Amino acid sequence: MREIYLDNSATTKTCAKAAEKALEIMTEKYGNPSSLHSKGLEAQHELEKVRKLCADMLSAEKEEIYFTSGGTEGNNTAVFGAASAMKRRGNKIVTSSIEHSSILEAMKQLEKEGFEVVYLSPKANGKIDIEDLKNTIDRHTILVSIMAVNNEIGSVNPVEKIKNIIEKNHSPALFHIDAVQMFGKMPIKAKKLGADMITASSHKIHGPKGAGLLYIKKGTRVIPLHYGGEQEKKIRPGTECLPALCGMGAAIEELPDMSEEWEIISSLNKYCRSQLMQIENICINSSEDCLPYILNFSVKGIRSETMLHFLADKGIYVSSGSACAKGKKSHVLTAMGFDNVVADSALRVSFSRYNSYEDVDELVNALTKANNTLARIK
Amino acid sequence: MKEIILIKLGEIVLKGLNRKSFEDTLLRNLRYRLSKIGEFTVRCSQSTITVTPAYEDTDMDEAVECVSRVFGIATFSRACVAEKDMESIKETAVQYLEDVFDRVSTFKVEAKRSDKKFPYKSPEICNELGGWLLEKFPEMTVDVHNPDITVTVEIRDYAAYIHTGVMKGAGGIPVGTGGKACVLISGGIDSPVASYMMAKRGLELTAVHFASPPYTSQRAEEKVEELLRRVSRYSGKIKMITVPFTKIQEKIRECCREEYFTIIMRRFMMEISEKIARQNGCQALITGESLGQVASQTLSAMVCTDSACNMPVFRPLIGMDKDEIVLLSRKIDTFDISIQPYEDCCTVFTPKHPRTKPVSQNVISEQNRIEDAEQLVKEAVENVKITII
Repeated sequence: MREIYLDNSATTKTCAKAAEKALEIMTEKYGNPSSLHSKGLEAQHELEKVRKLCADMLSAEKEEIYFTSGGTEGNNTAVFGAASAMKRRGNKIVTSSIEHSSILEAMKQLEKEGFEVVYLSPKANGKIDIEDLKNTIDRHTILVSIMAVNNEIGSVNPVEKIKNIIEKNHSPALFHIDAVQMFGKMPIKAKKLGADMITASSHKIHGPKGAGLLYIKKGTRVIPLHYGGEQEKKIRPGTECLPALCGMGAAIEELPDMSEEWEIISSLNKYCRSQLMQIENICINSSEDCLPYILNFSVKGIRSETMLHFLADKGIYVSSGSACAKGKKSHVLTAMGFDNVVADSALRVSFSRYNSYEDVDELVNALTKANNTLARIK
Repeated sequence: MKEIILIKLGEIVLKGLNRKSFEDTLLRNLRYRLSKIGEFTVRCSQSTITVTPAYEDTDMDEAVECVSRVFGIATFSRACVAEKDMESIKETAVQYLEDVFDRVSTFKVEAKRSDKKFPYKSPEICNELGGWLLEKFPEMTVDVHNPDITVTVEIRDYAAYIHTGVMKGAGGIPVGTGGKACVLISGGIDSPVASYMMAKRGLELTAVHFASPPYTSQRAEEKVEELLRRVSRYSGKIKMITVPFTKIQEKIRECCREEYFTIIMRRFMMEISEKIARQNGCQALITGESLGQVASQTLSAMVCTDSACNMPVFRPLIGMDKDEIVLLSRKIDTFDISIQPYEDCCTVFTPKHPRTKPVSQNVISEQNRIEDAEQLVKEAVENVKITII
């Protein structure tokens, strides 16, 4: 049975070059980058090469890149690190209700510690409204954390406008962008965005799992969550996960030209939309201006999980929302105001450069079959 | 919308008949440095240099950063270009200011009309444009005394330029107009700052680094390379010359009294540097010494080290406190690298109680106990490694 992997926002297949690089690091250049001898130096060179690649991806300086174990660690370091560094200057944190759980859960914890967290709701198109931000960010706000692209429906937030609002409202707030779903898909210019921190992850761009990065603008104070050695300038102590990080470097080198890939994925997305519309009882939840890599829709009346298993039996892998939510009802769709029928039956397909039109055809065939045979919830 | 950079010259304008050669060097430096970012036209007229990108999608943020580090520039502004008529100026200004006005609430307009043929006088330009902007951005107000932002319109020969402020340039005079000098660089905080300061006065740099493996490591050498790379953002290309120094240091330890180690080592460094400097067309040496900072930087010590070479030795940090030096090293972004803890040639074999007031004669007679000194120096100079930064 042919495997059709359409869940690339959950994770991607590690590309061959990245896997080879990881193997090379594990078996040949296995030194500890902090070791003084030349074996260590060799490993350090490899690590610094990756740092440069990452810095270039964000139009940033090498010194502004801190390696992490992935998106969750990056987000946690940013949120807790900024909150404790800034706690003397205010008590208010602004975020959105459709963030990834690694932000939302961290925020919940900060609420327990006494911070006031404001969760902005998205508009019907899944985007955070600029006016809401203007009215919420104030002199007491110490942190604004907004995701660049929503992982469940692909809506693209106007993050480029936020720094101006922080300045205009005379807020001391640090600005964090969770860019896990945008990294490698759209150009990100850290300085132009005015971000103080940006989170990105390796395994969403065909790199290995367990690697990621946090951009911290030069001069920004962040209190670390872990204590130990001097690695990553003490922000993230502990021996670096070199195989995964160097794999990430290889994956970055393997990325195709962003605008070309954007065109290809856009037309794949368009094709998928038009084919899906042929199916009865279907509604598409991602608006047209969403990131083309992500397409969320509902086959009304058939539970997400039922459909997901039905498709998996045919070798087609999609998601019922965020993999990190493990089947709970989508907080994103609920926040966007979709009714229960839609939210309970939502599915997300997410594309990568390895997907084709045939993949979409097979998906649509299977969905049609399911729509005709599966029992509907009442 | 087309963006350009407008550059106002620094001290150069005070020069007399040779002003042109200073300008030419500056233009050449700008062209070379910008060539790493993209394609630009760099032109000078009416004492102002315009940097125009060939394509609209050029990264102007990077270009601005690059320009801010070129010596010989007093101030510069990032401006957008409009045709020389009022309608075009208005239209371009609205487009250009949209993002900036998002951040502020008050503004004023200033106009400079160096092309007197332009039909509106400066105050009229201000009125017209100010009124138009108020209409287009109703949430903004005009404040002529204390505006959040000043919008400047310059009407020049070829076009009108609109910008929102003048930034300070790197100052100094263009690198290359002052000749060439050779800087002694160890990897500490001071020598990169000294390099920066002398490049600012127009000197082109060659760097000499003394390596003593296995007492010093490859990391220490790479650290120096990285430091020079930072300095080169200001100074342009640097030729780095690494001198194998192990044999000489071991020999000093073997033959000389401990309290003279450092001073004799420094004398060797000066001698070797002078030879290398002459080979490379340099007319002076540069060191990062600051008077009284350590035992080898007392006046008596400097008298001893200077007598080992016959070239002017520039010590731009001589009268500076450590914290002033650190401030500068942070400004040029070398501090974080300088403090990485690797052994360098200066920390190998440091005596417990070095002489702070050495007498030249005694030092020289102590140094003379090394019999094959001349041969050792010759070998060191012959076996240098060259890296272009």
